[in-house]
Amino acid sequence: MTQVERQGWDVVVVGAGGAGLRAAIEAREQGMRTAVICKSLFGKAHTVMAEGGIAASMGNVNEGDNWKVHFRDTMRGGKFLNHWRMAELHAREAPDRVWELETWGALFDRTPDGRISQRNFGGHEYPRLAHVGDRTGLELIRTLQQKIVSLQQEDEREFGTYDARLKVFQECTVTRILKEHSLKQDGRVAGAFCYERESGRFFVLEAPAVVLATGGIGKSFKVTSNSWEYTGDGHALALLAGAPLVNMEFVQFHPTGMVWPPSVKGILVTESVRGDGGVLRNSDGKRFMFDYVPDVFKEKYAQSEDEGDRWYEDPDNNRRPPELLPRDEVARAINSEVKAGRGSPHGGVFLDVSTRMPAEVIRRRLPSMHHQFKELADVDITAEAMEVGPTCHYVMGGVDVDPDTAAAAGVPGLFAAGEVAGGMHGSNRLGGNSLSDLLVFGRRAGLYAAEYAAALVSGERPAVDPREIEAAEAEALRPFSAEGADPLHTGGPAENPYTLHQELQQAMNDLVGIIRRQPEMEQALDKLADLRVRARRAGVEGHRQYNPGWHLSIDLRNMLLVSECVARAALERRESRGGHTRDDHPEMDRRWRRVNLLCRLATNDGRPGLPEDPALAHIRLERRETPAIRADLLELFERDELAKYLTDEELSS
Amino acid sequence: MSSYDAHFRVWRGDAAGGSLGDFTVEVNEGEVVLDIIHRLQATQAPDLAVRWNCKAGKCGSCSAEINGRPRLMCMTRMSVFDRAETVTVTPMRAFPVVRDLVTDVSFNYAKAREVPSFVPPADLKPGEYRMRQEDVGRSQEFRKCIECFLCQDTCHVVRDHEENKEAFAGPRFLMRVAELDMHPLDAASEVGLDRKSTAQDDHGLGYCNITKCCTEVCPENIRITDNALIPLKERAADRKYDPLIWLGKTIRRRRSG
Repeated sequence: MTQVERQGWDVVVVGAGGAGLRAAIEAREQGMRTAVICKSLFGKAHTVMAEGGIAASMGNVNEGDNWKVHFRDTMRGGKFLNHWRMAELHAREAPDRVWELETWGALFDRTPDGRISQRNFGGHEYPRLAHVGDRTGLELIRTLQQKIVSLQQEDEREFGTYDARLKVFQECTVTRILKEHSLKQDGRVAGAFCYERESGRFFVLEAPAVVLATGGIGKSFKVTSNSWEYTGDGHALALLAGAPLVNMEFVQFHPTGMVWPPSVKGILVTESVRGDGGVLRNSDGKRFMFDYVPDVFKEKYAQSEDEGDRWYEDPDNNRRPPELLPRDEVARAINSEVKAGRGSPHGGVFLDVSTRMPAEVIRRRLPSMHHQFKELADVDITAEAMEVGPTCHYVMGGVDVDPDTAAAAGVPGLFAAGEVAGGMHGSNRLGGNSLSDLLVFGRRAGLYAAEYAAALVSGERPAVDPREIEAAEAEALRPFSAEGADPLHTGGPAENPYTLHQELQQAMNDLVGIIRRQPEMEQALDKLADLRVRARRAGVEGHRQYNPGWHLSIDLRNMLLVSECVARAALERRESRGGHTRDDHPEMDRRWRRVNLLCRLATNDGRPGLPEDPALAHIRLERRETPAIRADLLELFERDELAKYLTDEELSS
Repeated sequence: MSSYDAHFRVWRGDAAGGSLGDFTVEVNEGEVVLDIIHRLQATQAPDLAVRWNCKAGKCGSCSAEINGRPRLMCMTRMSVFDRAETVTVTPMRAFPVVRDLVTDVSFNYAKAREVPSFVPPADLKPGEYRMRQEDVGRSQEFRKCIECFLCQDTCHVVRDHEENKEAFAGPRFLMRVAELDMHPLDAASEVGLDRKSTAQDDHGLGYCNITKCCTEVCPENIRITDNALIPLKERAADRKYDPLIWLGKTIRRRRSG
């Protein structure tokens, strides 16, 4: 084995989207030397694709708003499976996180009196989303990026080098979290094993605290709004380090993705289209959402088109239109309409703003959508309806974390924030709650990671077990010698990693997608086992310098692990709730609200690591009772509403 | 529209050199150039290096030159080409090649660090910022920038003049100076920083002779030259040559001297 370069830091942040950058800023401001490592160029993370806005109850547009209303909406959106403490912290702290961005140079759209403007969104009782047209994510990422540059400029003045206390390792990938004892389950975090995409060079970042902020898993599905980075890296890194994942059965299918042309299928159409007045129609021209308001939301949504239309002007005396139900409800409704033969020519439904707003207003409020449809689909949204359908958008499940500190359960020194963390959104996330989640919990993860690292005096810092480095290097190099490398499992020719990826995406889309059935999920698990066996033979051509085939072969391990989590948890949960819909168990069951499903690596001997035989299950499930919601938070709801979600036993206690 | 086979020429190589490779590849309805590059990866050239992310024109990663014109591969529809036409894809010319279509864009990150950051007003706490929409609109246009660096690639000041890179920040970062200068609450002047003169003195605004090449290639349709660079030039010129400002400066200097 060659000697791998090692560098020492206090805190390492994996991922440079909203959560990762916010965590890095916090850790650095706490005085910790902080390294950020990201797969793309700095400033390109998936956060740039967020469109609609950041949910924060500033009350700039409707004074009735406050954190309690936001908390209520979040719990309702997640069908009460949310970790109540995360939902509480999120609702309380979001306004401060937004205002702070202004002090770093962000320029949000304004109200007439000069404050931050806020827009309506699905599931939010009041206009709540701070926004910049429909490119809010870009503003968020650029503001955080520029804040990091300003901190680096401070360091340059003080130390003569920009990277003294905050460095971004761009276009690098982490393949393993390294610990102090490879043989013990409870070892502390000691660093991360990384490769540079440009050169293929390996290196180790040694640090007692690692923050995972890697985003989601959407690239395991065929139709998705997610970018190539979303291969579940952080989810898999946490599992491999010994931490459990929670709520992995809940995957959000955004109701409105583009459906045509095929090459752009899945690209997001922002919910702001509906928040600003856009309506959904089927091929009969009917606003079908009025037929799909579920009982739990009956009192809160308009019963007629007239009432829904009046709400935009007079929200105090009218109820909101059902196009603004939470995303899971709208996605299922679209799916049903298409299935019933009332879809659009290319298998979606119609989303129309052209008859609802003047062309000039559409161009001002929805500039990216106007541009996107014009450039990619030859559709002018100011003159005709868009065709839209559900697309895999977000995973509610993620690393099981402490709600206050973002520390991963059971692995000292490991933290997680943003999409890779689980619990905050329960079974379904409201639009706009993601960007605020990134900021609130990104900051918390950075803060507590810094505290944890600072508390260890230098002699007490965990040292990386050299065997962990050797194993990580061998694992990363396997695709170059795939065929014949492992005499036990060479049952066929080398596999093309792109083909394996396509088969995985097709299987997850078809068998563990928006509507789920037991036999199909069982079939998916068989397919995943087959793909794991074949992935051992995934081979690549060429060398290590910027080789996308090699990168994909490494990412496949992660996608296969998280896909198995989704499929196993979805098979186990015999009810329908939020982003998990069972054709064979269509009702929500209050008893299941008390259950969290945890996914852990299935190892036979208690040691962290993957099973030797790829055909064996890699994930085992554990049930855990959800924590009881604090009494004063329960009092924010009417008893009648609680009775829809909580068991009689819970209500009486 | 049915599928057809297109002829592609794609530059392959690294810092040591390379050449155009010929490929015949299937094209389907509605596809963009990036789809075709991905198909090449999946079927003919698994190690073909290309940088990309969102595939929706929002992240600015997949910049390249298509038939010699700087463009985003994800926003270039195949339908704009004649079916018989050969489509040539090469890396951005102004930056060093890493491999195939991937270039070393670190020049841009270095320049970004040289622009002094936003200076928050000392007397306002978070939540107290008040700005009118018409006042933030100008800077918001510049903040639409997705940092694809196509303007940096096409700008003739550096495109074939490596020697100018040291002194010239390029359109993207001159626009950043303009953005901060027009920010309604930027307090740079209170801490003695005159953004207008830094554009001229530190970031090479004088090299720009407003040929508008940057504006032409901008995928976000930002009017870089008209709305950022020309106003910045006018302001910089005002500061330098306006007799009143000159007089004011001279008097202040005398008093302090």
